[in-house]
Amino acid sequence: MSKPFYTIAVTGLNAVDNPGPGVPVIRSLKEARSFDCRIVGFCYEMLEPGAYMKDLVDVCYQVPYPSAGTELLLARLKQIQEKEHIDVVIPNFDAELFSYVKLRSELLNMGIHLFLPSYEQFEARQKYNLADFCSSCGMNVPRSYNCISPEAFFKEGWKFPVVLKGKYYEAYIVSDKEQFLSVFSRIVATWGGPAIVQEFIEGSEFNLIGCCDVEGQLLAAVPMRKQYITEKGKAWAGVTIKDGHIMDLAQKFVAGGKWCGAFELELIKAKDGRLYLLEVNPRIPAWVYLSTAAGVNIPEMLVNCSMGNPVAPLLDYEVGKMFIRYSWDMVVDQSEFAEFSVTGEKHNR
Amino acid sequence: MLPGKVGTDAYLSPVLDIDGVSVDRLMRDFGSPLFVFSEQKIHSNIQSAKRAFSTRYPKVQFAWSYKTNYLDGVCKIFHEEGSWAEVVSGFELEKALQNGVDGSHILFNGPSKTKEDLQKAVRLGVYIHIDNLDELYLLSEVADEESERPKVAVRVNLDAGLSQQWDRFGFNYENGQAWDTLSKIVEMGKLDLKGIHCHIGTFILSTKAYAVAAEKMARLALEVFQKLRVRLEYIDLGGGFASHNTLKASYLGGPDVAPSFDDYAEAVASAIYKVPFKTSELPMLILETGRALIDDAGYLLSTVLSNKRSATGRRYTVIDAGVNLLFTSFWYDHKISPAQPYSKYFEDVTLFGPLCMNIDMIREFVCLPLLNRGDHLVIHNVGAYNVTQWMQFITLRPNVIMVKRDGDCSILHEAETLSDIKRKECL
Amino acid sequence: MKMNDNIAISQSGYVFNPQTGESFSLNPTAIEVIKLLQEGKSRDEIAVEMTSRYDISISSFLCDLDDFLHLLQQYDMMANE
Repeated sequence: MSKPFYTIAVTGLNAVDNPGPGVPVIRSLKEARSFDCRIVGFCYEMLEPGAYMKDLVDVCYQVPYPSAGTELLLARLKQIQEKEHIDVVIPNFDAELFSYVKLRSELLNMGIHLFLPSYEQFEARQKYNLADFCSSCGMNVPRSYNCISPEAFFKEGWKFPVVLKGKYYEAYIVSDKEQFLSVFSRIVATWGGPAIVQEFIEGSEFNLIGCCDVEGQLLAAVPMRKQYITEKGKAWAGVTIKDGHIMDLAQKFVAGGKWCGAFELELIKAKDGRLYLLEVNPRIPAWVYLSTAAGVNIPEMLVNCSMGNPVAPLLDYEVGKMFIRYSWDMVVDQSEFAEFSVTGEKHNR
Repeated sequence: MLPGKVGTDAYLSPVLDIDGVSVDRLMRDFGSPLFVFSEQKIHSNIQSAKRAFSTRYPKVQFAWSYKTNYLDGVCKIFHEEGSWAEVVSGFELEKALQNGVDGSHILFNGPSKTKEDLQKAVRLGVYIHIDNLDELYLLSEVADEESERPKVAVRVNLDAGLSQQWDRFGFNYENGQAWDTLSKIVEMGKLDLKGIHCHIGTFILSTKAYAVAAEKMARLALEVFQKLRVRLEYIDLGGGFASHNTLKASYLGGPDVAPSFDDYAEAVASAIYKVPFKTSELPMLILETGRALIDDAGYLLSTVLSNKRSATGRRYTVIDAGVNLLFTSFWYDHKISPAQPYSKYFEDVTLFGPLCMNIDMIREFVCLPLLNRGDHLVIHNVGAYNVTQWMQFITLRPNVIMVKRDGDCSILHEAETLSDIKRKECL
Repeated sequence: MKMNDNIAISQSGYVFNPQTGESFSLNPTAIEVIKLLQEGKSRDEIAVEMTSRYDISISSFLCDLDDFLHLLQQYDMMANE
């Protein structure tokens, strides 16, 4: 029987010190056993490296920023769809998920399938709702506070250091009021209010990548211990592990949230052995290829779920697989950049 | 690299008409700049708001917030649709009366009611929403002098979980002020206590805050019945629903973050049902929403006056509508559409108004096609507050017209002339 | 009035200034103007040529042309004379 062939659009082709998941997602899709595919890249900027990786990406289009609104995004996707006949879009940025969740039915009418959590699920795990969400599922979460006014926060009498997070992105450990004020004003100006203050917990950091089907059944869960962490808290090397507590927590998350689609749990194991959930990312993380290499291809699962194909749970994976991240300087002719920036399209083959 | 805040509108179409009437024709017939209201849109907005609430709650009454837009032509549509009037000054009270609204369908809010205002309100059977104790005692004096018993509600402020709690108006719920005032009114025996009112803030994007406020107000109403033996006719939740404008600090655009009337209604109705009223004893729910009903029914049409370059080479475009007409541009990034077909070539522009004032900026960053002198623009979502807060400053205020449902256009408010201004000058 | 010799312009309107490393994109009208500039035409000659090609008055074309020439100067693309 011949394999199906899908055209799949992927966002997040950027790769700075906080890299997007797009390229490793595409790498995983290219290795999928259940289908063949053609890849369309959606880029916000001309210098996203994925756009220049000709072996991975067939064609790239510039799309409007999420802040420009869903109306504009829909108009652009209609233009692109006339040419590309996309079957599935895998959005990889937190900030754009809202727009795609909102456009789900319009996109389906255009033949574009998505596999994303509902708006309610998406909202429940927002940083500013996380504490409520976790206590309702019986998970530990660091004490947290939604901060609009630093003065009001200082009156609460928290001890420094604390972790200060933007509504969508960015997290910093701040050690005094002065630092708090400067970080606060910057992240609120960038991402809007509130900023989220979390108790700082020392311990070892773990991440877990997972995927649920439309019924909320856990299809995959692969935990990783961070082995090398950058200044921004990103794993630059990690290893797959097996830990019953972490798997229990993943099951609790799934049972409480009735999740749909891919997710990442950011966890910390405190010195006393208690496991805390720091954050839920409603999307594939940038280290997804480690999971693929360990035998669990989550982007492939996601595409099959999107297309309504049956997907069996795959909870076994190879323990002790490592990733070590490396950055690579591609050299391209300027004409490629010129084509992309003038036309908003880049045809790699 | 993260998605930034700048977008491009290159994939959208120009706005060539308002409800089928061409922008060019409107500007030719009525001048530029020009405020345009869509009668169709006003009707459909109030109808969908009414539908959202009345399908979830048995007794719902809207009251048109005069300060949001008190052009008679606009108010009358809301009254036609069954809305009462919500006024906050003697001037607005008089305007509502002249629009034919019966005193018993007027809610009188605000912190500045004079003795004369109160006397008039009492005689006409207006619902007086008491803001402070001085006002309560003044009203008690008025009650002694008048033959009618004043009908009153108590304005309550409360913690709805919002970052910024409005406590400037009314009596606080959590610290017991509101309860004391309600008891006092019942004890005095001179005023008819009819309801309680609150208004949690403005441009509230959280439906949860309304749920909190509605539940607290419903519990308060039940307590008034149980302990003071007064059955309140109504709970008034004020206004504050967000329109589709984009607040300057917001990352996502207004149309994407503003809850719908159904969202607000669901939160409010399900919160009230948590409080054990008998169905037959549920109080009437009054809503004074203004902005969300009128903002997107108003457009400001404007003409490009000139283009220039900033010291750093940035494109500056000057148009004939400034902050004197568009007060709301201080807190919104208004959506701007070209009103003629355009090429696919866009440039980041700063859009200035015509005033000889540095603050006269309509959009700091907006991506627009290259516009020439004489080209037209449509500024969206300007229906709330602008035609009440506009000022006569440097230039004269323009025509305000309405595109009717039958396609006819009529002037709601005539353009000012020099003699209008001079008539008031005495020397 | 002369453009720097080393400015590279692609068919699609992508301009690269090798001296500063900056790049810009041009619309088709701007490409035509730049080609005339590279042929050594003066401001007035360009205006005459362009108004003969398109239905536009000299005065409104000059307004846009001067704006464009200023930008070229601002971005260091004109040779110092």
